Amino acid sequence: MDFQVVVLAGGFEKNLAPLVSKDIPKALLPVANRPVLSYVLELLEQYNLKDLIVVVEGESAALSVGGWISSAYVDRLHVEVAAVPEDVGTAGALRAIDHHLTASDILVVSGDLVCDVPLGRIGAAHRRHDAVVTAMLCSSPVSGPSDSGASGGKDKAKKPGLHNIIGLDPTNRFLVHIASGAELDKDIRVSMNILRTVGEMEIRADLMDAHMYAFKRSILQEVLRQKETFQSLKSDVLPYLVKSQLRSELPTNGVHTEENGNDKDGSDSSNVMLSQLLANACTQSFHEQYGLGPNGCAPFSRKTHKCCVYIASKSNYCARLNSIQAFSDINRDVIGDANHLSGYDFSAQNNIIHPTAVLGSKTTVGPQCMVGEGSEMGDKCSVKKSVIGRHCRIGSNVKIANSVVMDHVTIGDGCSIQGSIVCNNVQLQERAVLKDCQVGAGYVITSGSEYKGESLAKKY
Amino acid sequence: MGTKKSLVSRREGAEYDEEEVSHVPLKAILLADSFASNFRPITLERPKVLLPLVNVPMIDYTLAWLQSEDVEQVFVFCCAHSDQLISYLETSKWFTQPNFLVKIIKSTTALTVWDALRTINYENVIHEDFVLVSGDTVSNMPLSNVIKEHKDRRKKDSNVLMTMVIKQSKPSPVTHQSRFGTDELLMAIDPCTRQLFYYQENTTHSEEFISPDKAFLTDNHSMCVNNDKQVCYIDICSEEVLRLFDENFDYQHLRPDFVRDLVKGSLLDDIMSYKIFTYEIPSSYAARIDNFRSYDTISKDIIQRWTYPYVPDVQFHRNSATKHERCGIYRASDIDQSRSAEVGPFTVIGNGTKIGNTSKISNSVVGESCSIGSNVSIDGCYIWNNVTIEDGCQLKHAIVCDGVVLKSGSVLEPGVVLSIKVIIGRNVLVPAYSKVSLLQQPTKVDSDEELEYADSSSSITYNPSSSEKLDMVSKDLKTEMMESQLCTASEVGSDGAGFIWSIPEGSLEGEWRHSVAPIPPEKLSEISQRINAELYINQDRSIVPASGELEPDSISDVSDDTDSDKDMNAFFEKEVDLTFRRAVHENTDDDTVIFLLNQIRMPLLLHAEDCASALFYSMMKLALDTPHSSHNELLRNVSSVIKKWKNVLKTFMKTIDQQFEVILKFEEMCSESMKEYSRIFVEILHLLYEKDLILEDAVIRWAIEKEGADESDKVFVKKAEVFIQWLKEASEADDDEDEDDDD
Repeated sequence: MDFQVVVLAGGFEKNLAPLVSKDIPKALLPVANRPVLSYVLELLEQYNLKDLIVVVEGESAALSVGGWISSAYVDRLHVEVAAVPEDVGTAGALRAIDHHLTASDILVVSGDLVCDVPLGRIGAAHRRHDAVVTAMLCSSPVSGPSDSGASGGKDKAKKPGLHNIIGLDPTNRFLVHIASGAELDKDIRVSMNILRTVGEMEIRADLMDAHMYAFKRSILQEVLRQKETFQSLKSDVLPYLVKSQLRSELPTNGVHTEENGNDKDGSDSSNVMLSQLLANACTQSFHEQYGLGPNGCAPFSRKTHKCCVYIASKSNYCARLNSIQAFSDINRDVIGDANHLSGYDFSAQNNIIHPTAVLGSKTTVGPQCMVGEGSEMGDKCSVKKSVIGRHCRIGSNVKIANSVVMDHVTIGDGCSIQGSIVCNNVQLQERAVLKDCQVGAGYVITSGSEYKGESLAKKY
Repeated sequence: MGTKKSLVSRREGAEYDEEEVSHVPLKAILLADSFASNFRPITLERPKVLLPLVNVPMIDYTLAWLQSEDVEQVFVFCCAHSDQLISYLETSKWFTQPNFLVKIIKSTTALTVWDALRTINYENVIHEDFVLVSGDTVSNMPLSNVIKEHKDRRKKDSNVLMTMVIKQSKPSPVTHQSRFGTDELLMAIDPCTRQLFYYQENTTHSEEFISPDKAFLTDNHSMCVNNDKQVCYIDICSEEVLRLFDENFDYQHLRPDFVRDLVKGSLLDDIMSYKIFTYEIPSSYAARIDNFRSYDTISKDIIQRWTYPYVPDVQFHRNSATKHERCGIYRASDIDQSRSAEVGPFTVIGNGTKIGNTSKISNSVVGESCSIGSNVSIDGCYIWNNVTIEDGCQLKHAIVCDGVVLKSGSVLEPGVVLSIKVIIGRNVLVPAYSKVSLLQQPTKVDSDEELEYADSSSSITYNPSSSEKLDMVSKDLKTEMMESQLCTASEVGSDGAGFIWSIPEGSLEGEWRHSVAPIPPEKLSEISQRINAELYINQDRSIVPASGELEPDSISDVSDDTDSDKDMNAFFEKEVDLTFRRAVHENTDDDTVIFLLNQIRMPLLLHAEDCASALFYSMMKLALDTPHSSHNELLRNVSSVIKKWKNVLKTFMKTIDQQFEVILKFEEMCSESMKEYSRIFVEILHLLYEKDLILEDAVIRWAIEKEGADESDKVFVKKAEVFIQWLKEASEADDDEDEDDDD
């Protein structure tokens, strides 16, 4: 695929504190002991998309992300890391790197996406319909407390949260309505004009915009230029394109000639021909029919553009690491139900214990667990459904369940950690008890203290 | 009951099924009264269900279908003209069919479906699920599946009230009505369970958004909103429907009142959480004759055999043998057709009909024992029984009822309905969409549709006591008319008989929408233009995004080529013209016209002078279109138009620039599109000056501007030379006076 890829890797998101700190930007948060950004990069690599721009908010975050990428992917990917000011929003980030965009189609991916969706299908859907935007939709993640051992939690019927209200045409190929964010609290407002044109619209609340879009570059740049106030791709640009699809103000039809300005060598005409062939191959979409107007002759030629969707099948895994809850959920899933994503081979016990890890006697590591390189555990420990990072020192009689322990963590004897996230370099002294807590990097928990449902971080 | 016994014995041979032990006969309620007045004036004299549809009374289609779908008891509810209906049914075969019991429930007072269902409830005959259909339904859909679905649902959930049969039918993007002439219908349906969440008929066409209730989404994740479905007016109901109707006085009709309320109510109230489901029929046919357009559509569907086995050449009622030939021509066995007569495609000719020399019939239905003279042309018409059409008549898209006589040379324009026994005089032209009846039009006419249903006093038909009287009255009327050829006879010719019903104010719109005649193309283009204009108006309002505003020049940026500019101007001028014509026609007040014009102007980002020019153009065109014989008369036309609309025009030409623009436009008009004005150019300029529409500065500026122009461009300046000179002198005099004052 000759898409140019923009990975929006974010910066130091405040809503992820204390996990994200000045040392570790969001893109480098570990999921099964490797940065979350690596999941996107490897997915792209798998589909031979090697020309990437990684956009990071803030210079210092860009430095650390750039450092990691160049060490890990130096000879595999052609990556350019661009720093943009903080709080410019996703649309602002693209505006800032406008001059880097050259290919005819741009794939914009959020750097916090953990998924195994076939990218080729998205590209195909986009090209096939000559769409201005193709959005990837996935099933809303089932959020809710991870099974924290508490018996009550399991009985609760889990309901997917409401992320988007999405209207699809009967073929499930085109996006005809989308509401997200604050709009969700208002009434649904379905445009009659679009409804009359498609005839039937399926409104769904169980789908989520996964923040992976294929854009036609010229259109994207045009919109970003015209609408200077647009902040976000998800809540401004995409809804705008969807709403205006039957009365397009965009120069869609003249695109081919303008587009290929940089490679005017005969591929121009073949491109046009190819798109015509494709257009003839599939039946007319409602856009074309509408474009012709009633009786096939409108006084104005009605301009339309197409907004396509690719709906990931239920068997695909797709989640975004955009909240603390999501961090726990994704870590749980990547070593659990969706372990093909982790890239490791699981042992017969359905867990991964690094060969250099040292376990004391009578210490058990259950299924769906991971113990990182060089970590040591004392005697009679028990680990269930948890990730333990590299070079941790864990004493004896420690119980860890449904938790994430990052690197270089020291845990004293007799500690108990449940449903918690423990960041790098944290020190837990003897008999500390954590339940549903997040502990920021470098924090020291004194011996014998008990915390429940708290967020602990070092004061700077 | 004999029927029941024979039924049991028939079933004995069949598979033994535990549930079938206590076999419950499938019952249906057939409403043989539409409680509407769409088929007036014909329905004043005959019940709607007895009107022939391709030479077979409508009710026979419904009964034949019910019988074939194993319905065992049919309760026919009749009200208006119940005598006619009962006597028809008594002589028909329906009372003598095995396993098919037809029982008549007669009411003299029912005005709505509510009354009807209440009456049936009192009869106490229905204690289980039943089929509710109207007597004007044509269908060949299998009922067993939908009934099974309904019963299965009911077993799980006793609140299931009704299963509505729906069918795919996309409304026209232009008129927003289906091919059956019914209005657009919006429904929201759960794609898995097929439960109905939202139901709205008669959407106003200008509505931009619909807002189905969000609360459904929290439980169901998805719903389908559609406008491409039609209800077939076939419902599988639980017996609670009858009870609910009995208890609630608000529901006059099943649709939309009852359904809409239930769909909403199922959310609000837990105790009353009744549910309505839908069942979409994939391929079989089901439709209801609701108005003249659906009469036309369904007749064509029958002729084209979509309703098989209910087609003319299959005998499902006592119709005579008819042969199906190629091209959809059906001819009864006994026809006297001249050799030179031509019968075109998709035409049905009934028994005993005579067709004279060189007559042409196409796309039409002709009933029994008609006599058609020579040189007659009939296209798209429905001619019932015993009609006489004399030589040289021309009929297009008309309905001609029993016993009508068309004297020679008469012409029916599209959409005409001639009720029973009307006589059209020699060489009379009946104008389009006229309805002619021997009965006078009821005096009180309610344009409000809601009232129209309920309104009993005005409708002679439904007045209970007069139901029988009416027949006598009408007979009297007829004989009277025959004898004395009353004054009204002139309406349909000196030797004719019948009243032309006037079309009530405001429902002119509905006439072409629901007529038998196809919608005239100019109407279509008019509407589609209006839709386009609306789109452009709405564009700005609805598209303003959450965090950004549309830049004013973004449109012109995109459409920078002059072609689209020209298109836009032409489009704008046309729109202004339409609006202005409408304003003239409806005598709209000035403020409204200004508002409307601004509505067209604003979204296109045009200036006031563009509007002034366009408006001025329309006004002059109007004056020109008004009949005139001399230039003086034309001038008088112009002055009356300008006098009437000067306030509107004035709002768009307040500044010198705007006035100047209008003069230029006028000049252009005189030399191009309306040369008639070139002679009286100066007079009109003077008129505008007198009316204060144009100030002298504008004229003088125009003169100065043109000074350097080509000779050919100066024609009009020269014409106006005297006037300009006079203006200049006047202004100088003014200046002098001013100076004097200053001193």
